[in-house]
Amino acid sequence: MDHAAARDHNPNGSGRAYWRSLEELAETDAFQARLAAEFPSQASTWTDPAGRREFLRLMGASLALAGLSGCGVNAPEEIVPYSRAPENVVPGKPRYYATSVLFQGYAHGVIVESHMGRPTKIEGNPDHPASLGAADRFAQASILGLYDPDRSRAILRNGRQSSWSDFLGWMIDRRGRWLARKGEGLHVVTGPTTSPTLAAQLESLGRIMPEMRWYVHDPVGRENLRDGARLAFGRPLETVRDFAKADVVLSLDDDFLSDGPSHIVDARHFAARREPRRPLNRLYVVEPSPTITGAMADHRLPLAAKEIGRLAQALAKSLGVNIPTARHAADASWVARVAADLKSAKGRSIVTVGPGYPPEVHAIVHAINAALGNVGSTVRYIPSAQYTRNARTLVELSNAIDGGRVQTLLLLGVNPAYDAPANLNFAERMVDSVPERVHLGLYADETAGRCHWHVPEAHVLESWGDARAFDGTVSTIQPMIRPLFGGRSALEVLSILLGQPARTARETVTAHWKSQRGGQSFESDWSRWLDRGVIDGTAFEPVKASLKSTEAFVPDSRKARDGFEVLFRPDPNVWDGSLANNGWLQELPRPLTKLTWDNAALVSPKTAGALGVKNQDVVELKFDGRALRLPVWIAPGQAEESVTVHLGFGRTAAGRVGNGVGTSGYALRPSSSPWFGSGLKLAATGATHPLATTQHHQNMQGRDLLKSAAVGDFARNPRFVETPEDARTRGLTLFENPAPQKRRQEGEGNAWGMSINLNTCIGCNACVVACQAENNIPVVGKQQVINGREMHWIRIDRYYEGSAERPETRFQPVPCMHCENAPCELVCPVGATTHSAEGLNEMTYNRCVGTRYCSNNCPYKVRRFNFLEYNGDTSAPIALRHNPDVTVRSRGVMEKCTYCVQRINNARIAAEIEGRPIRDGEVVPACAQTCPTRAIVFGNLNDRSSEIARTKADPRNYALLEELNTRPRTTYLAKLTNPNPALEGA
Amino acid sequence: MTTVNDRPDVLGPGQTYGSITDKISAIVVDQPTRRGWVLGFLVGFSLLNLLMVSVAYLLYRGVGIWGVQIPVAWGWAITNFVWWIGIGHAGTLISAILLLLKQEWRTSINRFAEAMTLFAVACAGIFPLLHLGRPWVFYWLLPYPNTMSLWPQWRSPLVWDVFAVSTYALVSLIFWYIGLVPDLATVRDRARSTPVKVIYGILALGWRGSARHWHRYRTVYLLLAALATPLVVSVHSVVSFDFTVGIVPGWHSTIFPPYFVAGAIYSGFAMVLTLAIPLRAAYGLHAQITQRHLQNMAKVLLATGMLVTYGYVMEAFMAWYSADTYDQFIQLQARPFGPYATTYWALIVCNCGTPQLLWIPWFRRNVYALFVIALLVNLGMWLERFVIVVTSLATDFLPSSWQVYHATFWDWAAFLGSIGLFVSCFFLFIRFLPMISMTEMRELIHETAEHHCAASEEARS
Amino acid sequence: MSHVAGDPTIFGLLAEFVHPEEVVEAASKAFEAGYRQLDAYSPYPVDGLAEACGFTKNRVAPITLIGGLVGGFGGFFMQWFSAVVHYPINVGGRPLNSWPSFIPITFEMTVLFATLFGVVGMLLLNGLPRLHHPVFHVPRFELASRSRFFLSIQATDPKFELSATREFLQSLNPQGVDVVPW
Repeated sequence: MDHAAARDHNPNGSGRAYWRSLEELAETDAFQARLAAEFPSQASTWTDPAGRREFLRLMGASLALAGLSGCGVNAPEEIVPYSRAPENVVPGKPRYYATSVLFQGYAHGVIVESHMGRPTKIEGNPDHPASLGAADRFAQASILGLYDPDRSRAILRNGRQSSWSDFLGWMIDRRGRWLARKGEGLHVVTGPTTSPTLAAQLESLGRIMPEMRWYVHDPVGRENLRDGARLAFGRPLETVRDFAKADVVLSLDDDFLSDGPSHIVDARHFAARREPRRPLNRLYVVEPSPTITGAMADHRLPLAAKEIGRLAQALAKSLGVNIPTARHAADASWVARVAADLKSAKGRSIVTVGPGYPPEVHAIVHAINAALGNVGSTVRYIPSAQYTRNARTLVELSNAIDGGRVQTLLLLGVNPAYDAPANLNFAERMVDSVPERVHLGLYADETAGRCHWHVPEAHVLESWGDARAFDGTVSTIQPMIRPLFGGRSALEVLSILLGQPARTARETVTAHWKSQRGGQSFESDWSRWLDRGVIDGTAFEPVKASLKSTEAFVPDSRKARDGFEVLFRPDPNVWDGSLANNGWLQELPRPLTKLTWDNAALVSPKTAGALGVKNQDVVELKFDGRALRLPVWIAPGQAEESVTVHLGFGRTAAGRVGNGVGTSGYALRPSSSPWFGSGLKLAATGATHPLATTQHHQNMQGRDLLKSAAVGDFARNPRFVETPEDARTRGLTLFENPAPQKRRQEGEGNAWGMSINLNTCIGCNACVVACQAENNIPVVGKQQVINGREMHWIRIDRYYEGSAERPETRFQPVPCMHCENAPCELVCPVGATTHSAEGLNEMTYNRCVGTRYCSNNCPYKVRRFNFLEYNGDTSAPIALRHNPDVTVRSRGVMEKCTYCVQRINNARIAAEIEGRPIRDGEVVPACAQTCPTRAIVFGNLNDRSSEIARTKADPRNYALLEELNTRPRTTYLAKLTNPNPALEGA
Repeated sequence: MTTVNDRPDVLGPGQTYGSITDKISAIVVDQPTRRGWVLGFLVGFSLLNLLMVSVAYLLYRGVGIWGVQIPVAWGWAITNFVWWIGIGHAGTLISAILLLLKQEWRTSINRFAEAMTLFAVACAGIFPLLHLGRPWVFYWLLPYPNTMSLWPQWRSPLVWDVFAVSTYALVSLIFWYIGLVPDLATVRDRARSTPVKVIYGILALGWRGSARHWHRYRTVYLLLAALATPLVVSVHSVVSFDFTVGIVPGWHSTIFPPYFVAGAIYSGFAMVLTLAIPLRAAYGLHAQITQRHLQNMAKVLLATGMLVTYGYVMEAFMAWYSADTYDQFIQLQARPFGPYATTYWALIVCNCGTPQLLWIPWFRRNVYALFVIALLVNLGMWLERFVIVVTSLATDFLPSSWQVYHATFWDWAAFLGSIGLFVSCFFLFIRFLPMISMTEMRELIHETAEHHCAASEEARS
Repeated sequence: MSHVAGDPTIFGLLAEFVHPEEVVEAASKAFEAGYRQLDAYSPYPVDGLAEACGFTKNRVAPITLIGGLVGGFGGFFMQWFSAVVHYPINVGGRPLNSWPSFIPITFEMTVLFATLFGVVGMLLLNGLPRLHHPVFHVPRFELASRSRFFLSIQATDPKFELSATREFLQSLNPQGVDVVPW
């Protein structure tokens, strides 16, 4: 039966229980009061966190009843008896589809694993230029977002249940008036988009409603890059960098390994140049706040953001760019040496700057790259993939609102009520002086609560569409499942404005591409494009960009206000807050701070000392007339006077997971200085706030756990990872080890092993989320993390070396080592963890009684225990997300990395059916598959020709804690650094 | 006859078979229940109920209600287990080893020392069960026929534990009961009312003191003592294997078995004193439990205390001598100066500091001082177990996984609750069973009588 | 045993003594006098009393030894059989027959079975539990578990003759002599 329909038309029909409960809910005084309160007058009641949370909790609870039977089934005719089995669907066999997920509007090609019509796992699409087969933490986590039970499930009018037909009626009625007034008074806000189809819709909308205004809102957008290019070349070009060709790279606070539409590709190419096969590249990073890119640097200079412009200017000057001399530029000697190094690599270097810096700085960097002759070799310019024609900004919108010109506000997939700059007071402004407000969004969020209409948006995995990758390649978006909660896409809403209310998104997209690439073979082309996930030949050609007069490229060098400097940065995991309700991302330790479930004010050790505060002490930040209270987290390597505030927290209407997590940095963020600004005042409050971190100890205690050497030393002593002691004692044993080691020596059967390359691991966390998705790893929540019970099967240890002001940061992923002499197995009283013939250290969940002795005896502490029932919530749609190939563990049993044994077994079955051995590369664990830099290699050690065998033959190969003679199957390749001799000790 | 002050007799003057029998059996059969007894029992019983509640909640929510975490996956539960088992050991030691060593002074304390053993082992036993993630399948640690023909994993010290502790519990119970049989017969014959007669009669198995029975009885009693002696040593060695077999720094050490056994006897004797001193006062047993007993126990306390101290010193020394980074860190940094420094130094004071006062005779004679010192030793030994279990896990090989352990309310509830279980059992014991072996007291009178005859005859000639 | 002589309604005669030395002496005298169906009762084990009553063989020790051997060998066999033969699994790369790890349990099983055999053996040889026995008919016998010592001559003794035996017992100057009825 058909819940969607029931939801829309038939309150007393099939979904009775669900309706009853909602009506009961509607009877409660609190809810009545909320409704009675006319939005404009008492909007505050909506934002009251407690009340809002309670409301959403009830809402979620009652709606969950409807969820299970309803999900995925939208039209009655879709229910078919299984006697007519869908074509080529084999029960139990997953199918794989190519599609794209979006980040900041840019396409990211993925392959979705689907079990019986149920998407369960996302992998990178090898055919996609922005993925190359890898997927980042956001893409991996989007599968959880799809099944989020807190997603908006019904069309709301003034907070009451309404229906698509009512909404349609209202829109069509309004459309008449707008047409009559050429769209005057109609203002549309969208997120950044690269979709050619959407662009085309906006174009034609602009033709029929020339007075309609369109705004792009991205709280952490990339407009500085475009404006910089406009300043430098007169056109909003985008820069494509080829790190594979770069010998010397200077990043001015550009976290290119972690963020940005091309970060996976950049990371892949960058990592390729860290391997000794070719001469190592050298990375300089100047940044105010630690990033994973900074952690990879051979030389990292902590520097306040406000200084970076001047540093770029000084650098440009020293490279012969015609530009005014920078006044009081910092670290002149450092700059001089870096400049020399860059000069020595003319045409083989890259200078880049982050999106948080004003256009002038970007222009200077363009000039520098030009001066270094990098343009055309390592740096190319292409037209902006993002559609920006006639795009206006939120500031312009609020001016328009003040001007009373805004009659209707159409907010498509944006949440300005939460993430608009504080000085705009957007929520109040909109509520007070916009008569009609319509919101399309995944969640009934802060903005939805202030709109007359709210329409659930279809998740990207539920919808049809298209989008461009960083290089312009058009990527297709096809639904993996019918909208779980009857969501609609922006394309469908715009179709209404274009007078085609009945038109589906699919029709819109195909029609558009028929018009673009129409022809005899369109049908076959289209299906091929869908199959591969990309439309051939849509990548942009590099354009000739001529640099304007560099005289004008002068960064704002006004004397900065004294006091501290505040930096506003998107959170590495929940980003701008739109992902706040994603438990995986909330619990994923931030790469540097290892914090979960919270944001903090990152301060340098010196500053903390000066303020007399320590971790978890709450401080008050005063900036630009606003105040904010945040717990302190001391970040080694933070620029002395810089204080980082991560955005994306303090949501009030994100859902049961994201509500009330952390504090919203937007409350402090003015539109005048969206990224950084000086004049911040800090004051200790004496209060404290508990923070949940997964790593309490930051240095290695002088233990040689994470081995590294400079390339020079490596050349002199390739086997530097090995002490004579190791060499002498290796393999000594009192008794002969039976299988599997013997089998391995004799080279029979499979002997699985893994190698993790510390040299190319950038600590991006993608593997952690991938593992969580593949292996049904639960989320335990902040308190449990504080208790030390996080469940991640692979963790990334982060160690600091050297001074707290300018530390060297190292990452070390630690999964189960699958020791051949496993200490954990020896002590299990019931034989619940034993060794397989192929060398896997296996966990038999059903046999485990939970003594936890194995974890105590594991020197790597990679075992995870279900201290409580962490998988209790089997309500739909959460349960649908689980990977059917992996047991869902219940309370009281131990678990840990299995080398993705389910994938090994699938490969074995396939191989045995075909009567052949398992091929090298046929088994790829989730972590290895999603790693952007291919730092994780897995395979059969007995196959001498396999990649893993070759990797383990590398002289840098070493085992963690080898002296314990556990004989781990997982080993590491030591890290290499390439310091500039001229900067030794700097 | 005169008694030299510093070596008083094991028996008060003027004791006869009859008097001693009546004195002891009266506590069971004649005397009405005292108010003090009721009060003490109620205290124990309410704590016992706390245990029940905490166990119920544990089974309902899971072991996560305790402070255990990764890396510190063993916390108070195992600490309590080792502590209680250790306490148990003194009972067996007194009744078995001192019997073999023909230490006549043991007779008046061995009965309740053995009872203490039983109850302590019972308290110890509950913790390994409760600390399991899935307590309801604890029996998977036992070898029993099952459809999947699965066996325990014999290499795991936890399985050794199961065998050692259950054997120990069983043997102690039998030893204790066999010792009780003739006394139960006495109570049967003293009892006024028929139901009491019947109950004790059944428990006494119809014992009638036949010479032949006595002969076999004595043999088996000696054999049991001979068996219990290595057993008691093995049990705490096995318990120490739980740690030494692990590779965790601070656990993986060959000194553990002897030093655990010494520690066990240490804590056990402390507990015997903690029980004997108030008992003696409450029931006026000064004639049976004399100064001599207390002083001997004080000396044992001092001796074992020195052994334990030697253990601590050796641990630190071996860590330094081994040049093992991880062991050195635990022993020389983490414990004395780490997050648990206070605990560590507290245990040093309680276990190595205060007992040194026992060199001074006054402290050995003064029951109050003795009582306080014994209490401190009990505390110190618990802290020692805590330090061994927790600090080693909290700071092991990879600094990235280091984390401090915090106990929760439910940790406390389970611990105090187990004390409640112990106290309740003990109060029931002293009310319903002869707390001193009458049989052995009679033997004692017999022997001492002979001595005196001999002495007086020598005097005459 | 066969009821050759004496009165079937009488179990025997019971003489009461104050001092252990007396009862030992009395028992040996009775034995010399040719009585064999003797038994003595005391509130605590008295040295030589059983021997005086002609008790020689005490099988408790060998039984205990057997128990120990059964437990020890059985214990080790169980471990070896299950780990090597019945269900071999690779645990931490250790040999299947990790005999050093099997020793603790072997030892515990030895002690356990020795104890059980010894105690059960003792009770069975003593014919216990036997809740009732004719000697309990004698009121003063309750002192046997307190302070007095008793010597009994059963009526089943071939040499037993009520009056003669009573006189004989009287000659050992006990506190008193009672007839023990069946």
